[in-house]
Amino acid sequence: MKKYANPARFNRLATKLIPWLAWPAGLCISLGIFLGLFNSPPDYQQGETVRIMYIHVPSAWMALFIYTTMSIACASGLVWKHPLAHISARAAAPIGACFTFLCLLTGSLWGKPMWGAWWVWDARLTSVLILFFLYLGFIALHHAFDDPARGERSAAVLAIVGIINVPIIKFSVDWWNTLHQPASVLKLSGPEIHSTMLYPLLIMATGFMLYFSVILILRMRTLMLERRIRIMRINNIYQTATTEKN
Amino acid sequence: MTRKRRRFYFLISCMITLCIAAALVLTAIEDKITFFYSPTDLVLKKNMPRAQQIRIGGLVKRDSWKKPFNGLTHKFIITDLQYDILVSFKGIIPDIFREGQGVVVLGRLTENGVFQASEVLAKHDERYMPPEVADALKQSGKWEGNKVKQ
Repeated sequence: MKKYANPARFNRLATKLIPWLAWPAGLCISLGIFLGLFNSPPDYQQGETVRIMYIHVPSAWMALFIYTTMSIACASGLVWKHPLAHISARAAAPIGACFTFLCLLTGSLWGKPMWGAWWVWDARLTSVLILFFLYLGFIALHHAFDDPARGERSAAVLAIVGIINVPIIKFSVDWWNTLHQPASVLKLSGPEIHSTMLYPLLIMATGFMLYFSVILILRMRTLMLERRIRIMRINNIYQTATTEKN
Repeated sequence: MTRKRRRFYFLISCMITLCIAAALVLTAIEDKITFFYSPTDLVLKKNMPRAQQIRIGGLVKRDSWKKPFNGLTHKFIITDLQYDILVSFKGIIPDIFREGQGVVVLGRLTENGVFQASEVLAKHDERYMPPEVADALKQSGKWEGNKVKQ
């Protein structure tokens, strides 16, 4: 693992990996959309509105997954000072924020016809909204300091503290009375969702996961280049300053 | 002890403190977090807020829903299979509202024991299946009220 924490080695590996991730991602998402929209049955209660689930549920899983990986990356960045840890967390944050937003948006569109409300302040919805604000806060903190290293550390502390929200989101529907229904797929007694609906959902989730890996690698490469440009610029200014002096 | 190790233990102890703090806070404000009370809570709990509006959740009792002939006032009974609450609601109800369905209503209990609702939300359960499967379950007798027999 430590071997790949080296930026140059990471770059070489990333170039090789991208096509192997990007093509399956496109394939899974198009197949998932086709199955979800055209080749899966309507629900006995929700009718066609159930199709929103094929976007909503994978987005929610990604929102939680990305936040968890981000926190772990930040923790290892603070403790072991891995050179890529903070960069990967910074690269992941906007992707996670987008998935959280997608989850909130599709949930709202589903909520109006099914529940009768765009939004309610129950434990599940509120905790996911907090997750969205945690992502935004993380991104904002990164930009709040002139010295990127200080921004990195403050944002990392926020990400680590915010991890407490992840189990709260997951178990909110079991701990408290909520309007949001309990888990259908990830539960101990097995999925409560018919296989004809489960397969498109899992294919979509795989597609989202692959898509996330592609965007993460691309963003990490860009951020590393950005850092190198910054260092080169600083060196440049320093050199011109010293030559002028002589 | 190396500096890395010391930082690691510091992080772990911070996380443990954070978890305890969060658990204490969430237990303390449990009543505020809950989205709705059950009819049993409304009947048995002494400190239920009477002045402000509250939410009650439960199943719509079978054969209790009186659809309005004229006007828009719906009357139905919400039950948690222990206590029943008669609800009166004037307005448009959600699409998936039906008898046996989980619902959450917002309103307050009037003096004559009727719960005057100003908002009705349908609560969806965690089961997803095609209509044919639901029919087959009903025919084979594995369908019980709002739950599938395990």
